[in-house]
Amino acid sequence: MSTDVSAQKPVFQVADDAAVKQARATLDAHAVEMMAWHFHPSTGCPFWLEYAKSLTFDPITEVKNYDDLKKFPPFEDEWLRGGPVTRWIPQGFAGQPAYVFETGGTTGVPKSRVNMRDFRTDYEQFSDTLPEEYFPRGANWLMLGPSGPRRLRLSIEHLAQHRGGICFCLDLDPRWVVKLIQKGWMEHLEAYKQHCIDQAITILGAGHDVKCMFTTPKLLESLAIGLEKRGTTIRKAGITGIFSGGTEFTPQWTRFAVEELLDGAFMTPTYGNTLMGLAASRPVVPADGYTIAYYAPQPRAVIEVVDFDDTNTVVPYGGTGRVKLTTLTKETFVPGFLERDEGERELPYAKYPWDGISGVRPFRELASSTTVGVY
Amino acid sequence: MHLPAYRFGKPYESIERTKLVHFLTGEPVAEVSQVGGALVGRDMQKAAKAREALLTLDPEDVVERLQTAGNLYAHGTLTVGDTKQSPDDFVKQQSATTGLPETLCRANMQKNMFVLANMDRMLDALSRGLPPEIFWKGYGREHRDVVVSYQAQSPVLGLVLPSNSPGVHTLWLPVIALGVGLVMKPGGQEPWTPYRMAAAMIEAGIPSEAIGLYPGATDVGASILASCKRSMIFGSAKTVEQYRGNPGVQVHGPGFSKILIGDDVVDRWEDHIDMMVESVAVNGGRGCINCSAIWASRHTEAIAAALAERLGPVDVLPPDDPNAKLAAFTIPGAAKAIWGQIEGGLAAPGVSHPTETYGPRLVEGERCGWLRPVVAHCSSPEPVISKAEYMFPFVAVVKCPQGQMLEKIGPTLVGTALTEDPAFRRALIDCTEIDRLNFGPVPTTKLDWLQPHEGNIIDFLYRSRALQVPAGAGVV
Repeated sequence: MSTDVSAQKPVFQVADDAAVKQARATLDAHAVEMMAWHFHPSTGCPFWLEYAKSLTFDPITEVKNYDDLKKFPPFEDEWLRGGPVTRWIPQGFAGQPAYVFETGGTTGVPKSRVNMRDFRTDYEQFSDTLPEEYFPRGANWLMLGPSGPRRLRLSIEHLAQHRGGICFCLDLDPRWVVKLIQKGWMEHLEAYKQHCIDQAITILGAGHDVKCMFTTPKLLESLAIGLEKRGTTIRKAGITGIFSGGTEFTPQWTRFAVEELLDGAFMTPTYGNTLMGLAASRPVVPADGYTIAYYAPQPRAVIEVVDFDDTNTVVPYGGTGRVKLTTLTKETFVPGFLERDEGERELPYAKYPWDGISGVRPFRELASSTTVGVY
Repeated sequence: MHLPAYRFGKPYESIERTKLVHFLTGEPVAEVSQVGGALVGRDMQKAAKAREALLTLDPEDVVERLQTAGNLYAHGTLTVGDTKQSPDDFVKQQSATTGLPETLCRANMQKNMFVLANMDRMLDALSRGLPPEIFWKGYGREHRDVVVSYQAQSPVLGLVLPSNSPGVHTLWLPVIALGVGLVMKPGGQEPWTPYRMAAAMIEAGIPSEAIGLYPGATDVGASILASCKRSMIFGSAKTVEQYRGNPGVQVHGPGFSKILIGDDVVDRWEDHIDMMVESVAVNGGRGCINCSAIWASRHTEAIAAALAERLGPVDVLPPDDPNAKLAAFTIPGAAKAIWGQIEGGLAAPGVSHPTETYGPRLVEGERCGWLRPVVAHCSSPEPVISKAEYMFPFVAVVKCPQGQMLEKIGPTLVGTALTEDPAFRRALIDCTEIDRLNFGPVPTTKLDWLQPHEGNIIDFLYRSRALQVPAGAGVV
């Protein structure tokens, strides 16, 4: 059900109209520029150039602003499964070193996204949002998250390097975690989690001067409890800044983490995935009821909170809807992909003068079939 | 009304709360703070303090305080959450969110009070007469002047409690008297008994540091099971299977309780029809000790018809009607889904449905549903429905030769055997499928609290081990 709560006075600094208008103009111009790139034979990728033949409009001439992207039929993520992955590489990047990142894949063929430099760009931009006080440049990082063919794994390492540090990683197979949950092997799940935490604690205690960390909420709580059992804390282990994401955050969990797990370390929640990149959050504060609101990295990616039935219409501010994602980089074009999440539409924030989303959680119609692991 | 979490005595108000509403009207009844599994995991690092707090008291004092708690629970006005709650308030609130008729809520209240009031006798029976201080000190001399040692296996017992049957709470009531703390995840729809019981215990002088209440989602249950060395969980057959063989987890699932009639008694089946009806239908048929099958070699059609005549007309009544016997299924669509499953079972070859002539069994309300009693007749143990159990008065009357009964009955929490045949009695005693065994016309639902139920809780919480001292040395 949609509810307009725009009348309630926000406790954060809402973006002014001029900033919102300017951001929108930038997005409109960027959408037009991306169409020119993705649908021109000299620069576009084989998939979109072929797909364009089935369209009843010309994306290059008939997409004049962001809203015109609604002319595209819904993007089907099934298209991302299997090979050849080179069908997604724009001609404009032909011959450049390419990465392939996978998502899902517990059973069957995973979905994949080809990257050349996007993940670096996304995380360099995100780097600018990290407060120096807690994420000092030159500090070393711990990547307490999924390893393997994950975009996140390489991105965190790049983030550390971009900020002048070295990233220490561990082995964590999220597909095995999901299988353990599905099989109901809870003792094995606990043992595997402990195996990961043991690796992390070993790194933290090995004199690597690690100050920053990426982790998921579930692993963060296990790490904090694991350290507490050893008579220490995350902060005392040297961590000053934590960038966390990967699974659902709730205000209560965040409050619990701030009050009882972090011992003064700073944590910034993020929302992201292989398709979109990374959405930063506005500051999470008690006065805002520990609301966690994310803002996509516009214009490279756009999040809209849309009506469950009419997915071309955004819900009113404060209303609940499904997450609709559009990716607009030169490497990747994904128009109007309906995510497996829902949430509430948030007002534009001064630092990110476009719509945000809060209360992100699994989409109600898919939640029962979704297994949330560590990632 | 708001029910916060209690972290070993310290109330904790969560940002996230669930709203409990009246099953008929949808009116709000209470809000319950929801915590996460990590909060439980963190608190469990200090679980030893729960037992330490209890051990500062004299064990006999603890029993007396529990007896006082029983009285307060049944008759007192207690502060529960942020509200004063009288026994009547409790009954109305429990009925409103669980769908149980108020009379059944009152009956369960009496049952809990009885257990607490008789805690001294119960401990004496379960420990086979051991002096209670042995559980405090860990060792001592028993009445035969032999040194015995009982080692606590966990400072707390974790409890993942159900929403469907307030009667099960009697199982954990002796735990505090054994010097072990409680860590409870209350049932989503039935937080009432654990909250009121905790309030009564604390009011009676049980240290609040010994009791934790952690309402929340499934991750709270998982965290309790992972962090408590001894836990009790109530769940489905799937849950039972998941924890089978785990010595730290005692699982209480479906009971598949039965009445088995021997060939020597079956011709007099009519003498026992009241006992059968009580076994099937008391407490809304919700318990694992309710009878879900009656096995006999002959007269099964007549037994099924007689049960149908008694149970078939039972109808849905308002929850505050003193004659109400049926509980509602408060989860939308649940009653209909269960009825669909039963209809499938009734359609199988060899199955008939004697309650069919007493009107529709499924009653659908605006926000909930009910199932009126169902009696199925099975001409052999083959049909799937012969081994079914549902959360309402349901019974399958199964035709089976006496000689094949015990190899075919499957797991049976309570078996009431009507037979004087010594050979059959011997076979019943030796049958490991049966947990509680009643000889004679004892309803499956009638429990002697001085006997262990689904294992002796002392054996679960304590390890009997050797502890030796030099000959002639005192054991103080």
